[in-house]
Amino acid sequence: MFPASRYSCQAHRCARLLHKIKTEHATPQLYTTLHRRPCSTVSTPRITTHYTIHPRDNDPRWEVYIIRNPLEVKPLIIMFVLQAPLNTPVTEDVFSILTEKYRIPVPILPGCCVLFHEDGSVKGIATNDVGIAKDGSPKEGIFERGMELHAKVTLFGEGCHGHLAKQLYNKFNLRENCEPQTYAIGLKELWMIDEKKWRPGRVEHSVGWPLDRNTYGGSFLYHLNEGEPLVALGFVVGLDYTNPYLSPFREFQRWKHHPFVAPTLEGGQRIAYGARALNEGGCQFSSLGLHVPEYAENLKNSWVWKELYAVRNIRPSFHNYFGLYGGMIYTGIFYWICRGKEPWTLKHCGTDANQLKPAKECTPIEYPKPDGKISFDLLSSVALSGTNHEGDQPPHLTLKDDSVPVARNLGIYDGPEQRFCPAGVYEYVPLDTGDGMRLQINAQNCVHCKTCDIKDPSQNINWVVPEGGGGPAYNGM
Amino acid sequence: MSGRVLVGVKRVIDYAVKIRVKPDNTGVVTDGVKHSMNPFCEIAVEEAVKLKEKKLIKEVVAVSCGPQQSQETIRTALAMGADRGIHVDVSGKDYENLGPLQVSKILAALAKQEDAQLILLGKQAIDDDCNQTGQMTAALLDWPQGTFASEVSLEGDKINLVREIDGGLEHIKINTPAVITADLRLNTPRYATLPNIMKAKKKKIATVKPADLGVDVTSRLEVLKVEEPPQRQAGMKVETVEDLVVKLKEAGRV
Repeated sequence: MFPASRYSCQAHRCARLLHKIKTEHATPQLYTTLHRRPCSTVSTPRITTHYTIHPRDNDPRWEVYIIRNPLEVKPLIIMFVLQAPLNTPVTEDVFSILTEKYRIPVPILPGCCVLFHEDGSVKGIATNDVGIAKDGSPKEGIFERGMELHAKVTLFGEGCHGHLAKQLYNKFNLRENCEPQTYAIGLKELWMIDEKKWRPGRVEHSVGWPLDRNTYGGSFLYHLNEGEPLVALGFVVGLDYTNPYLSPFREFQRWKHHPFVAPTLEGGQRIAYGARALNEGGCQFSSLGLHVPEYAENLKNSWVWKELYAVRNIRPSFHNYFGLYGGMIYTGIFYWICRGKEPWTLKHCGTDANQLKPAKECTPIEYPKPDGKISFDLLSSVALSGTNHEGDQPPHLTLKDDSVPVARNLGIYDGPEQRFCPAGVYEYVPLDTGDGMRLQINAQNCVHCKTCDIKDPSQNINWVVPEGGGGPAYNGM
Repeated sequence: MSGRVLVGVKRVIDYAVKIRVKPDNTGVVTDGVKHSMNPFCEIAVEEAVKLKEKKLIKEVVAVSCGPQQSQETIRTALAMGADRGIHVDVSGKDYENLGPLQVSKILAALAKQEDAQLILLGKQAIDDDCNQTGQMTAALLDWPQGTFASEVSLEGDKINLVREIDGGLEHIKINTPAVITADLRLNTPRYATLPNIMKAKKKKIATVKPADLGVDVTSRLEVLKVEEPPQRQAGMKVETVEDLVVKLKEAGRV
């Protein structure tokens, strides 16, 4: 890692050529600090180069590429916008709207930002630009503007904590009448186990160890019934945990060593790994500020709502002195026996990001070393997710303020992002000058789980869509 | 001169995916695994499209041999700028045993049928690493070959090539028609953007069978067993040169 400002122009070109040769075997590159701009503080190297944070209008490198109006396509179709359908190995992905007799085929497209009319209503989406280099400049001959797609109705199907949905929540205040959403991170592995241990159809869940009674979470282990002796197992940790030293990944790895779980995995082989944030809140956390009032009405009258209503207090009941045990007692009485008919609705205690306690109030957790047979280290797990991104692009994990991570996240919370990220994207490394640390973002490792966007105590991290084609390649997950 | 270029593209397992050997050791798991175009084939397609943009050639035809899914790979080539595609349908056992010799026979037959002036291929595929198809195709057609090309320029009816070889860079001049295989530093392939992907849906892909071209795809090779490479052993550190010599003698290396 050498700051380019120290070297001559020729040496810099040489370093660039070397970089090109190395990319024949694409390994996640360490990000080199290319600029030290006065806009961040003197000792904070620039991390974020994405144009959503640093606009290109006045950037001299973009003068040649006059940002014209991109190609406008105005179909009269309804579009289903996923965040990155080009990443998953789906052999066939078809979405249709069915009327009584016909089927309207609908193309599925990745979106980067939402477009609005002058009156503020949603106009459609825009796909993102391609061919932008790591420092934010356009790549000669490769840069291509994204495409705008306009439609009368736009459906957003991004899954948990979609980044386009986030823009919509903020713009339309869709969340004013409901609780802030609460989440969990789910980590999952697929194992091929010894046939003698395989019991297809068997489902195992657990709570308790290794989490303490005040941290919500538990495990699942499903014996799949698809011909091969496969088990899908995983661990869920509620993202309202308070100890910044907690690492959901390492809790998962150490849970596998439990005497009830380890025998199933002995002699087996791990074949896949992945992680994703999940919605934990129920109906009191759902925002129904939709454009289509009939949908909200139908939802409230359906079995979906009835079931959500019946279980609405189980998750928040966890918040008492006895933690897990209090929650189980409450659930036992009010759900098992009374079927969720109690007249009150419990609240959660605020956003997940605000739940972290400062590091000095908490004790670090000692995790055992992975043994390489049942538990594994982070980087070999990330390799199994098949994730990859084009190296030469602005990191898609953008920071609103580059100086906040060291000042606040590291200073007060001891850098929780280096622990909650299931892909090793965030690392605090010493500055080249020796004194102080800086945040290094290994965006290539990202598995698109959204945990950082949710759990960052400073809410400084904003996940945006990377260049198309990047992301995890899950198979059978 | 027809001004037509044939570009061969191969559908391979994506380079970022972790490969797994099948439990019965007959091959590698491919079901449900993410596939994409061989990176060297992408470079070949990009070079062909660049030549067309410079108006040095008139038409780019993308060719792929394989099952139905190979058509997706051809579509990607069309989205990058190829004009039309030819899908040589080989599936099932034939596809599992398809190797460079059969592919080069198919390409040679197609080159004659399409009256191609140039065949552009990737230097090797990342799944078998054979590095044979380009050379075999040139031999079957009795055409000159420029392999490991890192720079290509057309000069009249001759081609100036810079090849990357062990000793350095070799500059050669060959006649057309010729076969060129692309190396890593030839160019940086462009993205298939959404408008181009949509335009590519309208371009034609013709389907042919190897028998139509008079090619017999039976393999003369039989795969006996596929296994994972041996685990890397940990290294050892020694303090002095004498220790090193002792250790080497113990291991029977000296």
